[in-house]
Amino acid sequence: MSYEEGIFYLVATVTVLGGLGVVLARNVVHAALFLIVALLGVAAVFLLLAAEFLAIVQTLIYGAAVTILVLFVMMLTRVRDVPQAVDGPQKPLAFVVGAALLGVLVLAAVSTDWGALGARESVQLVPLRDLGSSLFRFWVVPFILVALVLDVAMAGAIILARSEEGE
Amino acid sequence: MIPLEHFLVLGAILFSLGVYGVLARRNAVLIIMSVELMLAAVSINFVAFAGYIAPEEFRGLVFALFVITIAAAEVGLALAIVLRLFRNRTTSNVDEVDTLRW
Repeated sequence: MSYEEGIFYLVATVTVLGGLGVVLARNVVHAALFLIVALLGVAAVFLLLAAEFLAIVQTLIYGAAVTILVLFVMMLTRVRDVPQAVDGPQKPLAFVVGAALLGVLVLAAVSTDWGALGARESVQLVPLRDLGSSLFRFWVVPFILVALVLDVAMAGAIILARSEEGE
Repeated sequence: MIPLEHFLVLGAILFSLGVYGVLARRNAVLIIMSVELMLAAVSINFVAFAGYIAPEEFRGLVFALFVITIAAAEVGLALAIVLRLFRNRTTSNVDEVDTLRW
């Protein structure tokens, strides 16, 4: 086992444990903190895939902004006062569905011959500069559309969340 | 040299955990967190395919970037809806919000 694989298994284990914490933790604030672990683990996986820009974006947006937002809403909606509302009665069914999906996905990933589809032995390094120029030339229209969507969604979120007059 | 399958299996595990969370959890905020887990799993797959199979025009990387952006918009909107729900119904338990249920 090469040291690369060792690092991958370490990162993957931490990420999966974080994910397990998100879906299994009884305390909702602990679940949110496990979410930080899982999403930072995903950022580390991006680093292993030589996508360092995405790793930074993932850390900034998920590791920080999204988790803070989730914790704020938990505070505002007082989730901690209703611990019995964490898990529903359909837990066993959810477990069966999740396990079946996992089985199908893993089977598909392992049984496909990726080499025949042109997969390399290892990940290809790309310069960050090329990603930037591709984003602002080849992908400029989707880029602007995504910016618009984000803008509209943020405005909508503010309008939805603000208090009405006299409330 | 990490084979491509390793990343795909990691993505599959995270995605299944997210599906389990969405189905098992009853609190709206916890459901949103599970959805975030699923989106992160999808991003791993996009970036892995971009690195191993199709690096032309950075398709996978740009898709993952857009997934992150849309997910940020989605989580902002969804949490605003949860907040509004809590103000109107003083609950964030999705089982108690069944006025429109048939």
